[in-house]
Order: sequence, then structure tokens, then C-alpha cells
Amino acid sequence: MTDQPVLILGGRSDIGLAIAHRYADLGHTVQLAARNAQSLSQEKTDMELRYGVTVTLHDFDVLAPDTHEAFLDGLPALPQIAVCAVGYMGDQAESQRDPAAATLVMRSNFEGPANILALLANLFETRGSGTLIGISSVAGDRGRATNYVYGAAKAGFTAFLSGLRNRLAGRGVHVLTVLPGFVATRMTEGLDLPEKLTTDPETLAVAVARAAEKRRNVIYVKGVWAVVMLVIRNIPEAIFKKLSI
Amino acid sequence: MKLSGWGRYPVADCRLSAPRDAADLCACLDAGPGIARGNGRAYGDSAMNASNTISMRHFNRMIAFDPETGQLITEAGVILGDVIRTFLPRGWFPPVTPGTKFVTIGGMIAADVHGKNHHCDGSFGNFVDWIEVIGPGGEMRRTAPGEALFEWTVGGMGLTGLIVRAAVRLTAVETGWIRQRTLPAPTLAATMDTFETAQDATYSVAWIDCLSTGARQGRSLVMLGEHAALDELPPRAARRPHGPPARRARSVPADLPGFVLNRAAMRAFNALYYRNGCRKAGTGLVGWDPFFYPLDSILGWNRIYGRRGFVQFQCVLPLAESYAGLSALLDAVAAAGQGAFLSVLKRFGTQESRFSFPMEGYTLALDFPVSRRSLAMMERLDEITVTHGGRFYLAKDGRLKPDTLHSADPRAAAFRAMRQDTGLAREFSSRQSERVQI
Repeated sequence: MTDQPVLILGGRSDIGLAIAHRYADLGHTVQLAARNAQSLSQEKTDMELRYGVTVTLHDFDVLAPDTHEAFLDGLPALPQIAVCAVGYMGDQAESQRDPAAATLVMRSNFEGPANILALLANLFETRGSGTLIGISSVAGDRGRATNYVYGAAKAGFTAFLSGLRNRLAGRGVHVLTVLPGFVATRMTEGLDLPEKLTTDPETLAVAVARAAEKRRNVIYVKGVWAVVMLVIRNIPEAIFKKLSI
Repeated sequence: MKLSGWGRYPVADCRLSAPRDAADLCACLDAGPGIARGNGRAYGDSAMNASNTISMRHFNRMIAFDPETGQLITEAGVILGDVIRTFLPRGWFPPVTPGTKFVTIGGMIAADVHGKNHHCDGSFGNFVDWIEVIGPGGEMRRTAPGEALFEWTVGGMGLTGLIVRAAVRLTAVETGWIRQRTLPAPTLAATMDTFETAQDATYSVAWIDCLSTGARQGRSLVMLGEHAALDELPPRAARRPHGPPARRARSVPADLPGFVLNRAAMRAFNALYYRNGCRKAGTGLVGWDPFFYPLDSILGWNRIYGRRGFVQFQCVLPLAESYAGLSALLDAVAAAGQGAFLSVLKRFGTQESRFSFPMEGYTLALDFPVSRRSLAMMERLDEITVTHGGRFYLAKDGRLKPDTLHSADPRAAAFRAMRQDTGLAREFSSRQSERVQI
């Protein structure tokens, strides 16, 4: 197992860290990638102590696509599993007011993640093995007034993952799309989330690792979200536009 | 948000924040007097403050471990179960553990928890090498045994500052198995005799049937335990030296309605448990998890008491007064006709400390579903405890009156004076500290 390193893009995020813990617990070497990666040294020490695995830290800026190739070259080994847990919700009101703010949301959730996963996909394809895991969002299933900029970017990311999966099926590379509903993280801190629809990063991480192992294609983590989104996706647009959900 | 302790009583609206680094933590203190909260396993309102409850859950990283000495340095929010999971396979076990593994290291220090080995090893504080505490004005101090801050912080219920890091010494063990001996004792006197003759046992605890009366009053199953050595394990167990695989935890899916745990049901359960224990009395090998944490396998067991929650009563009586005091307590429980589902009796060894709960004698823990009657009966138990020179465990308490606490424990006044003199009282307080005036 130890020769199956797991790369976590967005290693500072609660979801990224929880997935890192999960894979470390399963015995994998972990490569944590984030901006200012050295500040994750406490997480590195903690994981190495708990699980007796090697954890390495790597500077990674999802918004600087021209650095991505060099970033991948700098990894100690090409990962077997790569998880993209990068995400930035922004503020919808600000995204509406300020195109630059909207662009940042779109670049953080779509352009950047797609760029790094495209590079990884090619490397994995050449090698003939690997798993790509993208943490997208149910927000991408349908645009809503309250967060459509974030939702649009996630929709793009979801479509990108689906395309990658289609392209790489039969090439030994698996792609898993994760569509978490509400997760209690730093991003949602202070929001009043309904308990029955909310999961925590640790539960999500267990589900993600299991789904990757079973080669599932798309998971919602909490099953109820599959139902919720089925309904939301199927409301006719003429009605949907008048709703506030 | 609505917050409560493990007993789900009392419940109060509390502002809860969850800082992520030291700077955030200090900023929390600017919001007025506050209290740190670990994993919410104190039963009452020890870790609740209406305007400023500070969750330590993000401070959950292990920092260093020395395999020579067993010293573990961790942040305060690390859960005890994670410590066991990490270090038992390497041959280390917590030196002292309470009855649940879902507590944090910070909480264990704040309550100076005791375990089944108190008569041999004392409380958790004995195994703490140092603590880092954020005090008034956000100043961080590292403090070690012998210093006033350390001695007040161990058992200080989080009221001396925010415990952020600590160094604790784990105990070397060969296996995760416990050699358990169950000794039935038909009366209270027999139970106490069993404890007194079993002083050499590393672990001892009794489950006591507090609903039986007359000649059977105080009948118990005394359980003794030793860490099993590797060469003591039969071949099947030796294949899993760190104990049996983790039990699958079951959850209590919903609050049980109040009538389920009525007096008849509890009496029947207690009688059955005792008889079953008598039948299975003798020696056996059990895993660490069922031995130390029998209730942890039922997630949310606190819901069996229904929506109104439950209250724990735990006192310790000095050795000389133990028999008389325990008899009076059991009489009062029986007379009130209030069922206590889980009653635990334990012999404490000697302990001198500034404000920790344990002292040499016997400690009795009972729990009751919340009702006007049970609360009234507990006040009767309070009186008996005070009469017999006993004192109360604040980590279990959610209803003690200030006068009761102060008359039982003169150290409470010293604790309060210390907090006032050092300015701690202005920066750290809990619903409990305000209620019992410490």
C-alpha cells in the first residue's frame, strides 16, 4: 500500500484534510498540496504520528495554472490517487456586483481544478492506472439565485470530471465525482445547516475512500441528497424560476 | 445554539465558537468570560457558557511521542479513543481512563478524571508532565507539577484558563487484553470487604444494585482486572494481541419515552444483571474496550432516559464514614423509589489535591432520569453526603446548590478566592461555576 501515494490538492481544506487522514489511516503515503504548504507542518506531524506513514508538503496554487506542471514534477512520486478538494464559495452578492470576484470563484472551482486534473489525467493515462477524485457540489446540479456563480463553476467541474471518466474508461484510470450536500466545514461555518442533510468531513472521507475502492462513478455521500437533487433537477424551469430554494 | 452536557440536562442557549488557531482562541476571550468545551462528556453544565463557549475540537493534533518514556505531547482537543487507537498497537495505554473513551485530553485534565485504578495510581493528573494554558489577556504559560497554576488547573474544571496542550505519560502494556475476575458480593459490607482485600488488583470497580433492600442491600458484582501479558494469552487471543476487533457501535435511534425505564423495569434489570454476574463469576479474558468502556458501544446511550435527560449523582465519602454513608445513601434511594439504572461503586486511594474530586474512601455514582421527584431525592443524597464528610464530582453535576458544595468542600472557597485574586474569575466562567459560585 505504501507505494500508492495519495495526492491531496487543497490540503488545508477540512474535506481535503479529512480525506488525507482517511488514506493515511489506510496506510497510504500522503502528499498534501496547498498554498503556503509549510504551515501545514502540524498536520503532517499529527498524521505521521497517528498512522506511521510519510506525509510530504507541497506548495500548490490552483490559480497559477502555468506552475502546475512544475508542481507535478516536484512531487516525490506520481500519485496513485489524486483528490481535488480545492473550493472557494465566495459571496454570491459580491460575485453579482463585482465581475472580478465572480471570476475568482469560477477560476478557483473550475479552471484551476480542471487544469491540474487534466495534467494528472494525461500522466495517469500514460501510466495506465490511477484514480482521480473530484470534490464537486450539488450546487452544480442546477443554478439557483443564491449561489449560481459557485454553482456554475461546480457544474463545469462536474461536467469536466464526467468527460474525463468517459475518455479514460478502459484506459485503467478511474474518475470519481463526489457531490457532497452540506458539509460542516470552515466554508459553511456560521450557516444554519439542516442536521439531516449535513454530514461531517470525517464521514465524507470514509465514504469517498470506499467509493474509490469500489470504483463508483458519482456519489452524493448522504443518500437523501440524490433524492433532493432528483426533485430539484426535474422541476420545470417555468416553475423553478419563481421559487426561492 | 442549544447546548447541554452528556446528561442532556440542563439545556441552555449558548454562543459556541470553534477557533482554529491560537490567535482565534485569544480573540474568543475578548468576547467576555468564557469556558472551553471538549467533546461534551461532562454530564451537566461544566462546559457551557451562555455567551462564550469555546469548542476545542480543532485543537486535535498530536505533536510528539517519545517511545522511550511513553510521553505523548498533544493538543487538548485530542480524543482519548484516538490515543488508544494510535498507541495501543505500539504497546502503550492511557495511565488512567474514565468510563468513556470519547473524552478529550483537555477535559481529562480539567476534571482530573479517575479510573478503576485510582486506588493504585491516583488520578490522571499524576501522569501529566506539563500543561500549556492560555490565561488572562491571552497569555500562554507552560506549567508543571509543583507550580500553583498546574495544581489548580488539574481538577480546575477549565476555570484557570484554556488548556491548549499537554504532555502526558502513557503506560506500557504488553497486550490489549484484560484478565478480569468477577466477584459477587451479597451485601454492602461484603462488597467493601472485597475491595479492601483486593487492594493489589490494578483495576477494581463494582456495579452495585442500588434497588435491592433489606439483607440484599448493596449487593454488587466487584470486577477486578489486570493487563494480560503476552505469554498469558491463549492462542486465539494471541493472534490479536491488541484486543478483539472494535465492536460495531450501535446507536440509540430515538429518545425512549419516560415510562420505559420505570421502577419495575429497572429493578428487574438490576436483579437479572446481578444473577447473571453470579453465574458468570470467575476469571476471564476480555478486551480493553468492553472492560473499560462498556457503554461506548451504544452510541448515544444518554437517550435511553428520554427527552428530559438524566442527572448523575457522584460523591466520595471518607473511608471511616464510607459504610455508614453508603448505607444511608442506599436507604434514601430505596425509600424514594427512584430507579438508578447504572450504579457504580469504587474504592479510591489517597489523594491530596487543590481542587480535584478524589480522596481516600468510596465513591458512588448513580444516575436518575430528570424529574421533580428525582431532583428532590438528590438533594436528600446531598445532605447525607455532607453529613458524612463527603464531596461531589463537578464533572457529573448539573444541579448542585452553592451552599451544598461549599459546605461539603472548603477547598471551593479557596478556589474561588484564588480565581478572584488572580483575575481568572473575570475571564473564565461556566454555567456551573456561576451556579455553585466558584
